[in-house]
Amino acid sequence: MSQTSLQSTLSHQTAEGALPVAKRMFRLDKSFLGILPFLALIGYFFFYPLAVVFNESIHDSHHHLTASAYKALFGGDYRNAFIGSFELAAYSMAISAIIGALICWAVVKTQGHARKLIIAAAGVLTSTGGIPLAFSFIAAFGQEGLVTKILLNVFHWDIYGGAFDIYNFWGILLVYCFFQAPLMVIIFIPAVENLKVEWQEANETLGGSRIAYLRFVVIPVLAPAFISSCLLLFASGFSAYATAAAMSNGTIPLVPLLIGNLVNGEVLADQANQGDALAMGMILVCVLVFGLYALVMRVSRKK
Amino acid sequence: MDIHGSTVEFHGVTRKFGNVVALNDFSLKIKPGELVTLLGPSGCGKTTALRILAGIDKEHSGVVEIDGKDMSSIPANKRNIGMVFQAYSLFPNMTAQENVEYGLRVRGVDSVARSKRASELLELVGLASQSARRSTQLSGGQQQRVALARALAIEPSVLLLDEPLSALDAQVRSQLRDEIRRIQKTIGITTLFVTHDQEEAMAVSDRVGVMNKGNLDQIDSPSHLYNKPKTPFVAGFVGLTNVVPAVAQSKNEVLVLDQVLDISEHAPSLVKGEEVKALIRPEAISIEKAAKGAVVITKSFLGPMTRIGIDVGLHDLIYVELTSKEAKKIDTGDHVEVTISSDSVMVTHA
Repeated sequence: MSQTSLQSTLSHQTAEGALPVAKRMFRLDKSFLGILPFLALIGYFFFYPLAVVFNESIHDSHHHLTASAYKALFGGDYRNAFIGSFELAAYSMAISAIIGALICWAVVKTQGHARKLIIAAAGVLTSTGGIPLAFSFIAAFGQEGLVTKILLNVFHWDIYGGAFDIYNFWGILLVYCFFQAPLMVIIFIPAVENLKVEWQEANETLGGSRIAYLRFVVIPVLAPAFISSCLLLFASGFSAYATAAAMSNGTIPLVPLLIGNLVNGEVLADQANQGDALAMGMILVCVLVFGLYALVMRVSRKK
Repeated sequence: MDIHGSTVEFHGVTRKFGNVVALNDFSLKIKPGELVTLLGPSGCGKTTALRILAGIDKEHSGVVEIDGKDMSSIPANKRNIGMVFQAYSLFPNMTAQENVEYGLRVRGVDSVARSKRASELLELVGLASQSARRSTQLSGGQQQRVALARALAIEPSVLLLDEPLSALDAQVRSQLRDEIRRIQKTIGITTLFVTHDQEEAMAVSDRVGVMNKGNLDQIDSPSHLYNKPKTPFVAGFVGLTNVVPAVAQSKNEVLVLDQVLDISEHAPSLVKGEEVKALIRPEAISIEKAAKGAVVITKSFLGPMTRIGIDVGLHDLIYVELTSKEAKKIDTGDHVEVTISSDSVMVTHA
């Protein structure tokens, strides 16, 4: 083979070898185009603001680099706000998870229209959070609320005679449960529906009691879905703002409310970056919760 | 393994779902160690009978007995009955070994003893090497083997098989079918098998009961059921049957397709001139090429046999099965002469 023809062959081989790679890259680019609008959206509305918030959180009003806002998170009102939000999220998660799981169990045992009605109602109630929900609770259970007055005038029961107040922690917790329990129904019901009748019947024919079935089959099968649903409820409860803002008169320390106050300009001098640090703290909590969620899902999928 | 065959008896059991009678005055006796199959189309009541015996469904009237003991007041978890379901019955959170151990675990058997028993049973069903796998990691056939081992682990008095092969592909189904029969015979357990697949029923059973609309039409050995069906439904459901109009010529003779056949062995009492139906198996018909007469319309290759559809001037074709070698001589469009062997012809009133 002459040198010219050898070079020609080599260059031809190189071109042939390179072509599929180029083609693959071109194909990758093309498929990438499909998700570009989505990436642009989350880039602009999530990552860009996140970067701005982070940047502002580590600079004081004179644009000097500082960690003072983060240090402040570990003391005073900010620490109390994290504890308050954590407690509210944990309590509402626990109560809503139990109520929602029991509703799911009842729903799968129910046939026909009642079942569809409950699922549809859960869908509606889940999306009825925020100011409309807060207002409806105030209208019903406020000191001058309709239900409060009916209970007082008809049943002579003053619900405000004890510790209850629609505007305190327990009042807000009640309202949170009102949209968290239906949320639990929506996210947990597919797992409950996946319990096969054959498992229960197999348990019976094998000599197992109902308690044995719950202990050895139902609880282990549902545990991953239950835990992951609880984590979603926690994240939802921790970061909810509108309902708490509408019902709270500022006396309840919650992270989203403090961020709202700080963003609205209700800040002391040299504290402009405090809201940003609080927001970063809240994002960190949510990231940790979603990380746990992803871990639970991964482990359960492996089983 | 300490399993003995029990006697199972249904006495006039009836079960209704609303206005639908799923099981109508159903009576059946299964002898110790016998494998009886209930065969029938969907909704005929076969699964209902099995579920009532298991205790996971309740009869409206009648009595179910095991070894002479009335089961009416005994809940499913106290009946000591092993059951294999159609599919998806293994607990997904457990390994094959744990699934097999489950019945012993809820009975309080210690872990060493139950582990030993589970290992023996997994060995028996050929899955000893798969014991650590979860159900999701097993094939359909393997799952059903584990389910069988699980059902046998509790040393049940009766084994119930509710269409356990229906979700499997043909080859696995055939293998597992033979294996179920082998294991059943080895341990001698009384077994009630439910299926809609007549080939499956014929292959594994000591006796087959054909069910139709909640009634047990006939129960007999597979060969008797095939050769001596008592009703057109049984004849039609068990194997292929040509139902041909016929006219009684005397008490023992009928005119079928221009042939007078002596059916004294099988006939109900006939009255001369009575219109009846002749039930003729494909293998009871022979054909020969002719210049005129019936016409071959279809020819279906079935492996060693070939099924030929012939137009004899009736509303439906009649079917004949020939060896594929013989069938090579016949083509669609050929005229043939049809001859019926009277030995295998049954007659029912029209």
